Amino acid sequence: MSHLKSREAILFGAILCLLFVVATRFPAFVAPGNLVAVFTDTSPLMILAMGQMAVILTRCIDLSVAANLALTGMVCAMINVAAPDLPVAVILAVSLAMGAMLGAINGILVWKLSIPPIVVTLGTMTIFRGIIFLLTEGKWINAHEMSPQFTGFPRADVLGMPVLGWIAVLVSIVMLVVMARTTLGRSIYAVGGNPHAAVYTGIDVGKTQFAAFVISGMLAGLTGYLWVARYSVAYVDIAGGFELDVVAACVIGGVSIAGGAGTVVGTLLGALFLGVVKNALPVVDISPFWQLAISGAAIIIAVAFNAQSGRSKGRVILKSAEHAQ
Amino acid sequence: MKFTKLMTSVAVAAGLFAGPAAADDMRIALVVKALGIGFFEAAAEGAEEAAKEIGGVEIIYTGPTDTTAEGQIEVINSLIAQKVDAIAVSANDTDALVPTLKKAMQRGITVVSWDSGVAEDGRQAHLNPSSNALIGNMIIKLAADHLPDGGEVAVLSATTTSTNQNIWIEEMNKVMGNYAGIEVVSTVYGDDLADKSYREATGLMQSHPELDAIIAPTSVGIVAAAQAVADAGKIGQVNVTGLGLPSEMAGAIESGASKSFAIWNPIDLGYSATMLAHQLATEAATAGPGAEISIGRMGTITLDDTNAAAMADPFVYDSSNIDDFKEIF
Repeated sequence: MSHLKSREAILFGAILCLLFVVATRFPAFVAPGNLVAVFTDTSPLMILAMGQMAVILTRCIDLSVAANLALTGMVCAMINVAAPDLPVAVILAVSLAMGAMLGAINGILVWKLSIPPIVVTLGTMTIFRGIIFLLTEGKWINAHEMSPQFTGFPRADVLGMPVLGWIAVLVSIVMLVVMARTTLGRSIYAVGGNPHAAVYTGIDVGKTQFAAFVISGMLAGLTGYLWVARYSVAYVDIAGGFELDVVAACVIGGVSIAGGAGTVVGTLLGALFLGVVKNALPVVDISPFWQLAISGAAIIIAVAFNAQSGRSKGRVILKSAEHAQ
Repeated sequence: MKFTKLMTSVAVAAGLFAGPAAADDMRIALVVKALGIGFFEAAAEGAEEAAKEIGGVEIIYTGPTDTTAEGQIEVINSLIAQKVDAIAVSANDTDALVPTLKKAMQRGITVVSWDSGVAEDGRQAHLNPSSNALIGNMIIKLAADHLPDGGEVAVLSATTTSTNQNIWIEEMNKVMGNYAGIEVVSTVYGDDLADKSYREATGLMQSHPELDAIIAPTSVGIVAAAQAVADAGKIGQVNVTGLGLPSEMAGAIESGASKSFAIWNPIDLGYSATMLAHQLATEAATAGPGAEISIGRMGTITLDDTNAAAMADPFVYDSSNIDDFKEIF
């Protein structure tokens, strides 16, 4: 437990260092108002990373999150166009339910048909995007077609931060409780840590993986509405490639791709690290040709740090022998 | 000379307009990528306008139900069987239509392509909606028109390797000398992703507090930049402009985040394609490199070495006309 804490401390330190370096080139970046803006901008990534973390912890991966986001977002936008007076609460409920359903499709295929998760979600990723195309024939839904309360909800200001940011906070707190204090949360760790042992303790591995996919899908659906409302546009390709950012956030945050290890706080920090890099690059005046390389290098360095700090020291079996050396 | 010809045709048009299209009318087929697309419906409207103006011309507006080359080949074959006088096609595939269109030309049918061209062998002339030079000039002009005293502008492009955008920006830089006082302070890339474009636009406003305009020659970028400007509370201070579609930009025009933007006008395009087809079919003009062909109210086009020509400057959309076009495309 203690080394996990220190891993998060290192990541937190890295974020602070990064902020310091950016501040030397562009001081306004660390103004409180801008930090709130960066946090809000990173919120979709944080919410998705929470779900992805649960999935990766069970030794699976969900590559369909961005496509789920795009499909659910599009459906929310279409509902809004058809019924502009529908309250946002209903839209939120629809997005959560629909996202969960799409996640459940992944979950069922992994659970009941034992197809490798990477294959399942690669497939559904394309299918979800294809469905958007079928629904819309490639047409966009644009700002002027959406109602003001639909697009206004995520950016409404509450105590100095937009609702979008608060939703990320809320989701993180819920996930923190779920992962640490509920049977489901502990089963997710158990299934990823050692599936065979989990079976012997009476945990259904497939069912737990299914639950993780539902959580991931539900959060992707929620983000779908928030994303579409924030950028006030819905089309087939929204959030294209975003699933890779989500996986990267988890990995940077110390979630082990082999499952079983990783924390909510670490994942949040991983997402924030990426968010700070993404928001800082445009203002520090670095050639755009270098930006991609810098983003990639930042990810590898962060992961290398993590791997280093997370490396188990090896168990000392013979104390006396160690002393003798 | 050309003008008098136009006047006579208008006069003839006025005379013939009274009765329904006679059987010996010239029939020009406007073949589109697919039926039911707002852009092409508007082009057909322009074609009808041209037909009225010329007189004695019947427009056959047709196309497949989905955007496939196979569908268009079928449509063109049936047009050949109907012995139409001219075919003006916006192709779903540059090469696939060539054999069928060659067959049409062998039967004496005039073939031109417009909007989306076919390979040189498959048509007599091609009409581009605009040219790179005209677009490059237009995007900076859009920003400069609202900055009489000069100012700082930044470019938000697609990806660093997007050919079209890079050419347009290059063409823009060539004519910067004509816009005194306008300074391009930065060029950033939103990768045609809404979130990255939004972030880049936000970054531009932060690193250049005096920024007066963002030029985004890409439809994803311009929408995202307009949203970023609105969210930053900088409407009226930073004008977002560039290339976008009326349906996608209607909200930004309404909010004031964008004062104006440009893209082709499908009505003008359909009109010009019909005019061009008519000129060639009546042998009033001959297609060949350097040929100057009058296209009615759109002026005169000059064919280049590949028998292609640019119609006009991109059409400017602003609050005065956005409502007429936002439902179209």
